[in-house]
Order: sequence, then C-alpha cells, then structure tokens
Amino acid sequence: MTARESDGESSPLSRRARETPPSGIRRFFELAEEMDDLISLGVGEPDFSAPWAARSAAIDSLERGRTSYTANRGRRDLREAIGEHVRRYDLSYDPDEEILVSTGASEAVDLAMRALVDPGDTVAVPQPSYLSYGPTVSFAGGEVLPVGTRLENEFALTYEDLDRAGAASASVLVLCYPNNPTGAVMTRKQLREVAEFAREHDIFVLSDEIYAALRYEDDHVSIATLPEMADRTVVFNGFSKAYAMTGMRLGYALGPPNVIGAMNRIHQYTMLSAPTTAQYAAIEALESCDDAIAEMRQAFNRRRNFVISRFNDIGMDCFEAKGAFYVFPECPPGWEDDEAFAEALIREERVALVPGRVFGEGGGGHLRVSYASGMPELKTALDRIESFLRAD
Amino acid sequence: MEAKRELLDLLLSDARESTEDIARQLGTDAATVEALVDELESEGAIRGYQAVVDWDEVDESHVRAEVELNVELDRETKYRDIATRIAKFPEVSSLRLVSGSFDFAVDVEGESMHDVSRFVSEQIAPIPEVTQTVTHFVMTTYKERGVYFGDGDDDDRLAISP
Repeated sequence: MTARESDGESSPLSRRARETPPSGIRRFFELAEEMDDLISLGVGEPDFSAPWAARSAAIDSLERGRTSYTANRGRRDLREAIGEHVRRYDLSYDPDEEILVSTGASEAVDLAMRALVDPGDTVAVPQPSYLSYGPTVSFAGGEVLPVGTRLENEFALTYEDLDRAGAASASVLVLCYPNNPTGAVMTRKQLREVAEFAREHDIFVLSDEIYAALRYEDDHVSIATLPEMADRTVVFNGFSKAYAMTGMRLGYALGPPNVIGAMNRIHQYTMLSAPTTAQYAAIEALESCDDAIAEMRQAFNRRRNFVISRFNDIGMDCFEAKGAFYVFPECPPGWEDDEAFAEALIREERVALVPGRVFGEGGGGHLRVSYASGMPELKTALDRIESFLRAD
Repeated sequence: MEAKRELLDLLLSDARESTEDIARQLGTDAATVEALVDELESEGAIRGYQAVVDWDEVDESHVRAEVELNVELDRETKYRDIATRIAKFPEVSSLRLVSGSFDFAVDVEGESMHDVSRFVSEQIAPIPEVTQTVTHFVMTTYKERGVYFGDGDDDDRLAISP
C-alpha cells in the first residue's frame, strides 16, 4: 500500500471501497493456504461436478458457436424452464416480466439492493447469515440492521427477533433459508410470522433460496407463497448449490415486474447478460437432471446425519440442521472463543472450519462446518477434531 | 426395503466402512445395521465382500481376459449345466449368460497370457457344447465396479469460501 492509498483524505479510492472491510474469512483462508495435508470443511460449494448432461449441453453450445450475448433477462427458453421449475415450490412467475437470469445469485442480490435501497435506508439482515449481504447493502448506500437469531429457536427468524432489533424501521428484509452458515430452515408457520411483520411495517423481502433443493426432512416453503407476499418479495435461486455449477455463475431472481424491470435495467448496464454457455447448461440441468440432483441430496443427507452425530458424541453440541450443507456446532467446553478454537484446530490438526462470528451476531461460539466433502475426508476431519479435544 | 437399499448403496461404495459409521449416516444404531446385514446375507442378496484391486499397482504379474463363449444346447443340456461346469474352474472369476452374438461372458484370470491362453484352449474349448471362444486380453483397466482407476482430479475448490 502506498502512502497515498493509506491516507484516507488523498486516496483515489471511493469511500465505499475504503470502508468495505476485508472478508472475515480471509485470515483463515490465508492460514489454510499455508498448510499441507489440510482437510477443509470450510468450503461453501459441493464436491460433486455438475451433472454430465448439463456439462455436455455447455460443450454442445460452444461447438455450435453459441458465444454471443443473450437477451439481458436471459434466454427466453431458460426463463420458461425456470418458471416451470419453481412451480414445485408453488411459485408462479411470468417468464417475460417476472424472471431475470443473473450472473450467479450473488449478482441478483446486488441488483435487488441497488434497485430497492436508497442512501440512508435500513436493511434488516438476520444473523448469522451469508457474508455478502452486508457489503451489498453498503454498496447501495444503505445501512445494515443486524437481527440476531437464536439457537433456542434453531436459528429461525421470529417476529420477536425482528421487533426487538427495531426492524420496523427497515425498508428491506433479507432472508436466507435454508441458511448459510447454520443449516437452519423455516417452517410455513414460522414464515407466516415474518410475513406478518413485513406486511405490518411495509417491508420488502429479499429471500435468498439458493439452498431450497437441499432441504432434507420436509418440503421447501418460500415466503413469496404466503398471502400478499408475492408483490413484496424477490426470490433468489440459482444453479451453484443444487446443481454443483458454482463456476458457471448462473442464478435468477423472481419478483414483481416493476422490481425485476428495475433490476434488469441495472443488469443491462453492468453484466449485459449472464454467461451464454452456462445458460445452455442450465436449461439442460432443469430439464433432465432431477435424478442426479436427488442422488447428490441423498449423499448430503447421509453426511449430515454422520457429522451431527459425531459432533454431538465428541462434546460439540450441534442442533439438527435441516438444510443446505452446513452444520453449526458449538465450541467445545473450555473454548468459548470460536476464532481461537478454529485457529488452534487449523494449526495443530490441519482441519479448517470457519469461526461462526464472521457470519454476524449470534454466530460467536459456533463454527461453520461444511459437509460438502467426501465421507473419507469428513471421517478423518472428525477423528482429528476428536483427537485434538482429547489431548486438550 | 428402503433401509436395505440405502445400506446396500453404502456397502457398494465402501464395504469396509464400520457398522458404527454406517449407522450414523443412516440415522440409526449399530445393532439395526448388523441385523439388516445379517438379513441381506441370509437372503443371499449379499454374496460376498471383495476389494477392488488395481493390479498395475501390485508388483506381481496378473493377467485378465474377457472370453466370449458360444455354446450349442441339446435336449439334455441346458445353459445352467454348462455354466455349472465352467464356474467350477478357479481361473474363472466371473461368468454371465448374456444376450447378443455370444452366449457366455467369462472373465479368466492367470499369471501370464500363456497361462490364460492355455486354460481357454485346454479346459474351456474342449467342453463338448462349446462351439467357439474369442479371447480378449485386458490391456488396461480404467474403471472397475464403479471405481475409477485414474489419478483423480485434485480438489481445486477454495480451501475456505463463503
């Protein structure tokens, strides 16, 4: 860093750039990079490859020379396929006006923030939750209002949580269920409470449902299906998690025409259109890969059972996460500081977990553990953690 | 039935997995897993447990051939009769009746190509019902019973990601 850059007054950087903190996981990433023989359970993406049919469709599209831009909103046949696909969650959207294909769900979240948030607006963000919501609020000029969720409610968001945090003043509420990092899900009854709060206080909801297909014990419920919520909700989903297509960078947003239209206007000046090759892969994924997805979900479910059972047995209490591919055990007795525990574990046993506090209020004292790794790695990692605790 | 199917899936991917680990993955207890395995074995659904070996990694000679076999049946002799006779040879590691241009697919193993050739010509071909043998020596195995023998792709995911 030059002297000029370090000096806030004369820096060429914008205030937003200067004030964006580095990700809380960066230090652990750097530590992990130094280690040989590391087992990382800090990975937020599946260890599977995208289903072969989807990859093959991507290759075919390239062989046919389909390398130009698509419509800003995404190919119409993909939007139609998405519209058809989300009917399984009782969602109904018009492919022409209410669906936008984006460069990953992350871009869609950013677009929605910029379309809905004015400088000074407050955005309620339940925590612990995915790291990127806060910065996208800041990039739009808004203020984050953290809303802590609680272990005793299995990290589901409640009316009381919102009320206590002062979320009545918020103009936008972010939801992420099934949740990264806790694996928590919300039932229809629990979502009804949140919907009631949103209606009462005229709050728009951004519901990130990227893990909807990875719900293990019952069916996914979208808040947009609740009465009077479709007009005040944008739903995000994508192909990264359920279809193991993280590198394809393809997501989508579903919402009322005016909001999707505004998001598309921003999108057309920034991304123009989502990657064309990925769009062809996504059409095939939606049309023919349900069986492959079911197999991945079954494998994730077995791993989930395994890791929860082992953590509980070795003395790291772990509530029963029911979605996504994370569990969120508590630090073991004598280790209240999750960062210290994660650092000791990575240095002494070469196992990387992510400290819960980086995901915000309520995450401290926990660790995010991804089970998106093979069973041999999970077993070795749990054995190493157990041996660390015994030696401690 | 569902529980047995799930158990078989796990054993197919790793038959050495401990009963306790299998139980954790299936959300049940070790005693239940043991009971299910006992049932599957006594029903004859599980016929054995074997390692999947990459012989190229073992420092000894090992040759395998896939032999196509055509046979001629008569009133007295059925496929099963011929199969029973061929299956008794220890050199035969698998034997299947198949559809298509030949009748039996036979896997034969030996210490050398000469061994395998001699076995086919001296033990299989002379069986009265056998009308033709075609021997294909295995040059390289890339995948065996679902296990890929390549070096495997490195995990290039970020060690820590959001």
